[in-house]
Amino acid sequence: MPEIIIDGKQIEVEDGLTLIQACEEAGVEIPRFCYHERLSIAGNCRMCLVEVVGMPKPMASCALGVNDLRRGPNGELPEIRTNTPTVKKAREGVMEFLLINHPLDCPICDQGGECDLQDQAMAFGIDSNRYAENKRAVEDKHIGPLIKTIMTRCIHCTRCVRFMTEIAGVEELGLIGRGENAEITTYLERGITSELSGNVIDLCPVGALTSKPFAFTARPWELRKTETIDVMDALGSNIRVDARGTEVMRILPRNNDAINEEWISDKSRFIWDGLKTQRLDRPYLRDENGKFRPASWDEALAVVAKRLRDTQADKIAAISGDLCAAEEVYALKMLLDRLGIKNRDCRSDGTKLSDQYGRAGYLFNSTIEGIEQADALLLIGCNPRHEAAVMNARIRQVWRHSDLQIGLIGEPVDLTYDYHYLGAGPETLEEVAKGANPFADILRRASHPMVIVGQGALTRADGAAVWSAVARLAAELGIIRPDWNGFNVLHTAAGRVGALDLGFLPVEGGLDRDGILAAAETGEVEVVYLLGADEFDPAPLAKAFVIYQGTHGDVGAQHADVILPGAAYTEKNGTYVNTEGRVQFANRAAFAPGQAREDWAIIRALSGVMEQPLPFDNETALRAAMITAFPHLGQQDEIAPSEATGLTALAKAGGRLDKAPFKQAHPDFYLTNPIARASRVMAQMSALKQEELKRENNDKEATGTDG
Amino acid sequence: MSVRRLDKNQPESFQFTPETEAWTVELLKKYPDDKKASAVIPLLWRVQEDCGGWLPEPALRAVAKRLEMAQIRVLEVATFYTMFNLSPVGKYYVQLCGTTPCMLRGAEDLAAVCKEVIGPQNTVTEDGLFSWVEVECLGACANAPMVQINKYYYEDLTVESFRKLLQDLKDGKEITPGPQNGRQGSCPEGGPTTLHAYCKPGGAA
Repeated sequence: MPEIIIDGKQIEVEDGLTLIQACEEAGVEIPRFCYHERLSIAGNCRMCLVEVVGMPKPMASCALGVNDLRRGPNGELPEIRTNTPTVKKAREGVMEFLLINHPLDCPICDQGGECDLQDQAMAFGIDSNRYAENKRAVEDKHIGPLIKTIMTRCIHCTRCVRFMTEIAGVEELGLIGRGENAEITTYLERGITSELSGNVIDLCPVGALTSKPFAFTARPWELRKTETIDVMDALGSNIRVDARGTEVMRILPRNNDAINEEWISDKSRFIWDGLKTQRLDRPYLRDENGKFRPASWDEALAVVAKRLRDTQADKIAAISGDLCAAEEVYALKMLLDRLGIKNRDCRSDGTKLSDQYGRAGYLFNSTIEGIEQADALLLIGCNPRHEAAVMNARIRQVWRHSDLQIGLIGEPVDLTYDYHYLGAGPETLEEVAKGANPFADILRRASHPMVIVGQGALTRADGAAVWSAVARLAAELGIIRPDWNGFNVLHTAAGRVGALDLGFLPVEGGLDRDGILAAAETGEVEVVYLLGADEFDPAPLAKAFVIYQGTHGDVGAQHADVILPGAAYTEKNGTYVNTEGRVQFANRAAFAPGQAREDWAIIRALSGVMEQPLPFDNETALRAAMITAFPHLGQQDEIAPSEATGLTALAKAGGRLDKAPFKQAHPDFYLTNPIARASRVMAQMSALKQEELKRENNDKEATGTDG
Repeated sequence: MSVRRLDKNQPESFQFTPETEAWTVELLKKYPDDKKASAVIPLLWRVQEDCGGWLPEPALRAVAKRLEMAQIRVLEVATFYTMFNLSPVGKYYVQLCGTTPCMLRGAEDLAAVCKEVIGPQNTVTEDGLFSWVEVECLGACANAPMVQINKYYYEDLTVESFRKLLQDLKDGKEITPGPQNGRQGSCPEGGPTTLHAYCKPGGAA
């Protein structure tokens, strides 16, 4: 490990570090624009110049490694100085050059207050400019509905280009022209189609790329910042919700190396306009003409209570939805227990996962960070690019930096990395399990093999058989080892693992989702309680008396007879368990609109009206009761260890496999939940993506551009 | 240099000629299979020749597809190098060197001739024969002032000889590349003199 002296302080640093990282370890902050630790090194902004003793000129510390420095003639340690007049002069010079063409429009710039250039100009700049000529002006570019461009502000750091190319894996942004005329753009100003494009807004050190939906709405310092958890997919990405008053103004990522690093998907970031439209903000009852009429809470709860009391318990059913926090599922479960209702299910998309083989049966056991160790990966009926976009970027990173072998069984989609396409359906799965496919050898020989099965393979009628077949494959090929469990289920619903942990599943003799829907169609089930459940075709519920407790007037509310307005994920405190089984706590950033209430409180109130009061009066008591019953839900940011023994039984379960090919769980990334479907931005992105796909297909079919 | 943009009027489509395709196959043998993008500059250059001296947008897409690279990456290369023209040029594309040595030797007068005979920079004459552009040093300073017309250099120009050169092209006459004042290469004007002092006739010193 090389030793160096930084500003007179001798430290020992790891091999392979750059000087800028070494300085950081020594507690010296170096200003920078183009350097970013998760991106490749460009070395073009020159802001990080330091003095290396013995070198005639200042050196860019981001591009020089500690191993590149040699000892002096008498064995002196290499020495770096960051506080000398030379360095100060160099920084001021670079800053002056950057500001030559940078407009002085900070008062109308959305980056104002969180701008690297602004901050560093304050710290390292000078107060005047010797440049009297005209400033450069650059045409703004259209790059889609998410990112607003004011290209005159661009300082050509190319962070955005490097991010899109390296992390997102979608080569759409580029730097055209040269020198003073260099410009960032997409090919012919087409919209960017990556699911991670919003991250370039955070990366941009100036106000060249800003959030289009957030434009001119608020200043960063007037926003109330709440650290919470994202629910757009089952990763539980860490986010910060910025709100003003009752309104969510924007969503930003928080760093969590175990889950999302510092990225979030566009759906997580730009969903917030969906929190304001199509909202259920007061209770409604369906009147005799089939129209909804507003009602008071008392009236609505009385109708629900009467209906529940007057119906036999076996003719009542409940389905919980994808975005539910554990607390409300637990509260509903307690209420159902008291009423003796056995028909209940949390698997609103019809997945065949259950808790009967232990937690390891439905968790992402290798953990997201574990992907970094993997050297062979088999994706089954799974499109991680749509189902867990941030995790897909991590798979791509591992693929880029190692010889990770990836196989895919399912729809051959563009995942931003190369993979062996093995086949479309269960037949290929069995072939690999038997070792008849060459990819089986790759998995068997790997030191850390992984299989990831997606909901596309598990929501089918033969989902249980597929689930078992994947476990069998894992067992046959030795993917489950004492020190490594490579069996992974990728969930798409943020609330699913929590609800499975709580066992919100049919009690013995009760009906599951498919059973409930079928029985509701025939009239055997008369009352259905939907707790934010939207991800199925609601047609079978037409006859039944439907109580919909949720946030948006979406699919689930279509056939509702009573609507109880609930709180969206930014409007309540709640526990979420991500696909790895990691327990995380989401904090309330704003209050629910109108008369909408937090979901646990609605269930508690209903239990009161039914004279079956649940034993808690506030959120804390509810959570305490839940943690007493399920202790692992109290361990925040932890993954409770799960025994892999159940997987042996799962592998033996068997079942008949259909021949139909696996389909994607979410063909459209942008419209996967009620909030997203209410969002105008998501609708625009969905349309843009369709257009791009059409163009790509046209390009593929020989249209005269063919060679 | 100014901002470079793709031309407003673009052809509908582009196809590699069979000769270019065959040439490309040979070209790609120089590079590993996963490094086809390395061939982007030679291929763009060849395509530019095929397209009459400029790169239409469909051609950029075709090159991207042929080399399995992103379209934006091809656009980056095409806009970076000024030797790639993004708008149509004349049949005779005159690149006038305007850098210091040529300027001192009368490049500005030649530019005036261009303006008079051809028109403003970067515009093609109505008959499609000419367009001109002032470029940076072409590396023929010993024969300043000079222009490059298509592939060849025409050096040691005067206003008169340059005007004649353009007229000959217009009339469809052959023109000879190289110095236009009878000089051989970049030998001293008026014949070799320097070595006369000790280079006796009949043999070296």
